Amino acid sequence: MPQYPNRQFLDFEQPIKTLYEEIEKLKQTAEKSKIDMSDSIQKLENAIIEKRREITASLTPWQRVQLSRHPDRPYTNKYIEKMLTNYVELHGDRNFRDDKAMVGGFAQLNGETVMVIGHQKGINTKMRQERNFGMANPEGYRKALRLMKLAEKFNKPIITFIDTPGAYPGLEAEERGQGEAIARNIYEMTRLQVPVICVIIGEGASGGALGIGVGDRILMMENTWYTVISPESCSSILWRSWDKKEVAAEQLRLTATDMKGFGLVDEIVPEPIGGAHWDYNEAAALLKTSISNALEQIKNMDPEVRVQQRIEKFNKMGFWDELPVESTQVQ
Amino acid sequence: MKKELEENIEHNLTGDEETQKEEESQKRSWFKRGKKGILTSTADKKETPEGLWSKCPNCNYISTTKDLEEELFVCPKCNYHHRIGSQEYFDILFDNKEYETLFDEIISKDFLHFTDLKNYQQRLDEIRSKTNLKDSMRVAVGNVNGKKIVIACMDFEFIGGSLGSVMGEKFSRAVDYCIKHRLPYMVISKSGGARMMESAFSLMQLAKTSGKLSQLSNAKLPYISLLTDPTFGGISASFGMLGDLNIAEPGALIGFAGPRVIKETIKKDLPEGFQKSEFLLEHGFLDFIIDRKKLKNKISDLITLFSN
Ligand SMILES: [Zn+2]
Repeated sequence: MPQYPNRQFLDFEQPIKTLYEEIEKLKQTAEKSKIDMSDSIQKLENAIIEKRREITASLTPWQRVQLSRHPDRPYTNKYIEKMLTNYVELHGDRNFRDDKAMVGGFAQLNGETVMVIGHQKGINTKMRQERNFGMANPEGYRKALRLMKLAEKFNKPIITFIDTPGAYPGLEAEERGQGEAIARNIYEMTRLQVPVICVIIGEGASGGALGIGVGDRILMMENTWYTVISPESCSSILWRSWDKKEVAAEQLRLTATDMKGFGLVDEIVPEPIGGAHWDYNEAAALLKTSISNALEQIKNMDPEVRVQQRIEKFNKMGFWDELPVESTQVQ
Repeated sequence: MKKELEENIEHNLTGDEETQKEEESQKRSWFKRGKKGILTSTADKKETPEGLWSKCPNCNYISTTKDLEEELFVCPKCNYHHRIGSQEYFDILFDNKEYETLFDEIISKDFLHFTDLKNYQQRLDEIRSKTNLKDSMRVAVGNVNGKKIVIACMDFEFIGGSLGSVMGEKFSRAVDYCIKHRLPYMVISKSGGARMMESAFSLMQLAKTSGKLSQLSNAKLPYISLLTDPTFGGISASFGMLGDLNIAEPGALIGFAGPRVIKETIKKDLPEGFQKSEFLLEHGFLDFIIDRKKLKNKISDLITLFSN
């Protein structure tokens, strides 16, 4: 992960940057004057950790969204590298082309084979273009489904990593059936005979997220969001202005805490103090623990029962009132 | 010129009539003497059956609503299929307009206290009193040329036919009903997408309904998805595209992303006919396109083919 001065700071992380700058100054002074400043530097380093804790303790929903998009935040490939062994990446949907916004392949978790699939964003300007900012096309969803069916055939659990601002809304995506591709994935995922664990590791926007998001256990990392539309688009449609994204983020109740409270996700995965971007190793270790525990809960179930419970789990989602039946005659 | 005619699909999802009025006043509006334009309104039509005129948004042909109704709301001049609601579809499809509606007791509530320019509860109350509808989908069981079937049909005028918890729950119970009574299932879609005021709960309806279709499939019961103008977003990304047969009315606009969003993304004009039924058929996503006047017989033929 990047170290200062290569770290990037969001606006609300600026106090941390200031502390780093102070450390730099002290180091320079120490260099020049040959005075030992390690005590003062240590104090500032502790202050940085405290500041990280302080900032994430009081984030608004919109800031949480910003954190989920932090340019230094680890993506799917990083977690695969840090959590799993013997990863063999598999490419293509066998139909149109290889979508680089969606990656996946066989790997081992704690020595056991799993199929891992996830959205992938680019880590620099050139790669961001190549990965299409994590916005998959239909062939990405179809590649994901191909890998899931492969896992099912060989009775291997599936782990998906969700991190997308949405499925790509392009002309060719429509021609190739973006809706159908996502619908097919959602449908097939409800009936997969193997254990499925889905983790929101960054952005969980709408159908593009759910297209690899139906499973027996849904985990959500602490600084991520998951809902039906991005706060920006929601603002533009419902408030008819791009300026209400903060309010939209509040109204949408899109944080991990909200989602866990609603029973729409099963577990919140803790992140390193200040967010996953501060320590990739720790972030991956925390995630690995959560995924391993979740898998332990479901892997020995009878496949039919597991599928039935998966369908029932989603069938319970929703809220409505029921009127007394006699008052419901059609007018 | 084409630009002006393009409808902003997403704005139907606000449930805000002012927005719809602005967006659509030039286009798809019924015009009534002295009254503001609205799409089809079952309730209003009942009140003043003779006082309604409608102009075809495609060819400007003017006819009385009564005449148009006899044509099953299809323009006699250009075959444009006007947008109609569940009441009209049920009347067109079920024998002698006889059917039993199911699950009317399930109604939306503002569980999240969602507030944009208005609060969600207020929107629900307003739209209910304006339309006599309880939500954006109704389910009915009855006979189509003597073949029994369950049909779920959306009402676009109820917050853009949006998919929320109520539609999901009605869909789910309709599937259970089909399995219990061994009946085929048909869904008539007409929707801008998910109901944003229900946030992630609305998104989860995609998984909920798809899971139920998986059970319907295991029971070997046919599921027909009829897509009508317009069908977008969460519907096309779930049960809309999951039919054993996916069929559509002619000229219906169907897609995942709305035309406005796509245009903003690619920064180009969209080709003629893009996202129309004919375009989807050409690209392999529909089994066939069916004229509304032939729909009833086609459905009963299909039920026969599935069951024999
Ligand atoms: Zn016409």
